[in-house]
Amino acid sequence: MGILEVKGVNKNFGGLKALQDVNLSVQEGTVHAIIGPNGAGKSTLLNVLVGKLRPDTGSVMFDGKSVLGRKPHEINQMGISRVFQTPEIFTDLSVLENVLIPCFARRDGAFRMHAFESVAHEGTINEEAEQILADVNMADKRNLHAGSLSRGDKRRLEMAMCLVQQPKLLLLDEPTAGMARADTNNTIDLLKEIKETRPITMAIIEHDMHVVFSLAERITVLAQGTPLVEDTPENIKGHPKVREAYLGEAQV
Amino acid sequence: MLGIGKRDTTILLVVAFMALAAPIILNPFPANSAMAQFNAGYPDLMQRFVIFGIFAIGFNILFGLTGYLSFGHAAFLGAGSYAAVWMFKLLSFNVIPAVLLSIVVAALFSVLIGFISLRRSGIYFSILTLAFAQMSYNLAYSVLTPLTNGETGLQVYTSDPQYLRGEGDPIVTHLFGLEMRAKETLELGPWAFDFSVGYYFCAILMLISFYISIRIFRSPFGLMLRAVKSNNHRLSYTGLNSRPYALTAFIISGAYAGLAGGLLAAMDPLAGAERMQWTASGEVVLMTILGGAGTLIGPVLGAGFIKYCENIFSKINENVLHSWFAALPDGLETGLVWVASKFVGEGWHLTLGLMFMLVVIFLPGGLVEGGQRIGRALRRRRGQDEPGRSAAKEPAE
Repeated sequence: MGILEVKGVNKNFGGLKALQDVNLSVQEGTVHAIIGPNGAGKSTLLNVLVGKLRPDTGSVMFDGKSVLGRKPHEINQMGISRVFQTPEIFTDLSVLENVLIPCFARRDGAFRMHAFESVAHEGTINEEAEQILADVNMADKRNLHAGSLSRGDKRRLEMAMCLVQQPKLLLLDEPTAGMARADTNNTIDLLKEIKETRPITMAIIEHDMHVVFSLAERITVLAQGTPLVEDTPENIKGHPKVREAYLGEAQV
Repeated sequence: MLGIGKRDTTILLVVAFMALAAPIILNPFPANSAMAQFNAGYPDLMQRFVIFGIFAIGFNILFGLTGYLSFGHAAFLGAGSYAAVWMFKLLSFNVIPAVLLSIVVAALFSVLIGFISLRRSGIYFSILTLAFAQMSYNLAYSVLTPLTNGETGLQVYTSDPQYLRGEGDPIVTHLFGLEMRAKETLELGPWAFDFSVGYYFCAILMLISFYISIRIFRSPFGLMLRAVKSNNHRLSYTGLNSRPYALTAFIISGAYAGLAGGLLAAMDPLAGAERMQWTASGEVVLMTILGGAGTLIGPVLGAGFIKYCENIFSKINENVLHSWFAALPDGLETGLVWVASKFVGEGWHLTLGLMFMLVVIFLPGGLVEGGQRIGRALRRRRGQDEPGRSAAKEPAE
């Protein structure tokens, strides 16, 4: 029994069958990649997992509880954090404030009327925030406006914001999309480091085979809304069905 | 001090000093001189400064922090005024119950309007609040006449019960016997300074409101409100529910508006529906943006600035203009007066509009940004500009 269990999920958009009978099981503590050519239903699946879309049929269980019908903030409070394709951060706030917010969210839940306390007097929370910034090598940038960061730094910051919540599952939506090779390698290193230092489960949706094979322990291949195969990276590499699905698309 | 940082304490002390010394600071010209018309240190106007200051401080908690632009906050101002006058009619002329009820009524009213309006954001939210306020305005004129006394406006009559009124109580608004209109005049040579009870009552409430707003700005709650403005999407994926945060900010700012409305009635026990009109809602938006939305001191500055200009510009009429340009040749004088008269008196809104445009185009951060730029320029001239400081743009104060 995995930490995330997707069973028999179907999702149609009008006549388009975006997801057909998808079954997926992500084991605790592993890095699980979901790959597939364009239009395979990767993003739809992710949006189902975070509560943005509701599947027509099927069940999604996380940590023994159903996520269906819950709002994104409730699903996050269950322990799923998400990294977006383009980094989503609070661009008007400082880098430190960006990581303070998830710290408060973890301690105080979805809403708390703490209007008469002072952020500066929250000792533990500030320490936690400083620590995570140090972990992602951004401590010296703590007072910068987050909007002024480079794209790579925005990605690191978003990662820090997710990690500081100590999620049980970290969802990454094409974390290297549109990045230069050097930035991609930096991101891979960062993710590897996270994987080594923290007991974290990750599910990565990715296009870039280089990223997938550097990180993943299990790979699910989606094509036309259905999982083709699920296996270890070594077996996936030579799998004929995968070659067929990707024909000419990538150097598998 | 008081649980706020050093810089905030300084700001609070400066505002406190300005507010408490206002009767002196705002009367720089001798009472009989030609410049006396630019004095602003009389109680009626100073009360407006601080009351609208409270209104704008509250509005800034909603608009400045969460970015939700309400075009209907005058509804809460009006509701506060009506509530206060009802307290005068039913209990006594004491202002304390009046002010308290005006806060409570406006807060309850804003729960209702906020709950519905916050289902939408952006322009749709603004339109919803505007619609609710106009609805309140029209209701106050029509079906709610028993509560609002319609066009005449709600006022206190001698036949009103005033159940708590004691034997010797004043028949004007008062604070435990201290009449609001009472004032001491201090004459120093040609100068005259008025110290009025009403003004100090409002000023102290404004300082308390300002202090509360500083606390909110620096609290985790305030941080969440700024996060709502910055990236609502990220906020929900960080496990936070933005709806109750925005609603609480809406209610707080509604309560501030109610307090301002209650104080308007406490200074002059009258309440009319025009207080709820959209122009009044628009005015507080102008004040906040002109002063600097999202900054602590901006709304206070904006409120003072607009109320001062309104007072000065609308006082100037053609006779005054003629006396100013009297030295010029006749044809030129008539021409100049004709042009200038469009900008003063009744037409002062044209001046306000122009100033607003200039500020929005050249100083998007309002008067506060203007002050910061001057400060930076001075520092640079003194050669004390620390490297990296301008790059690390600091979060708005």
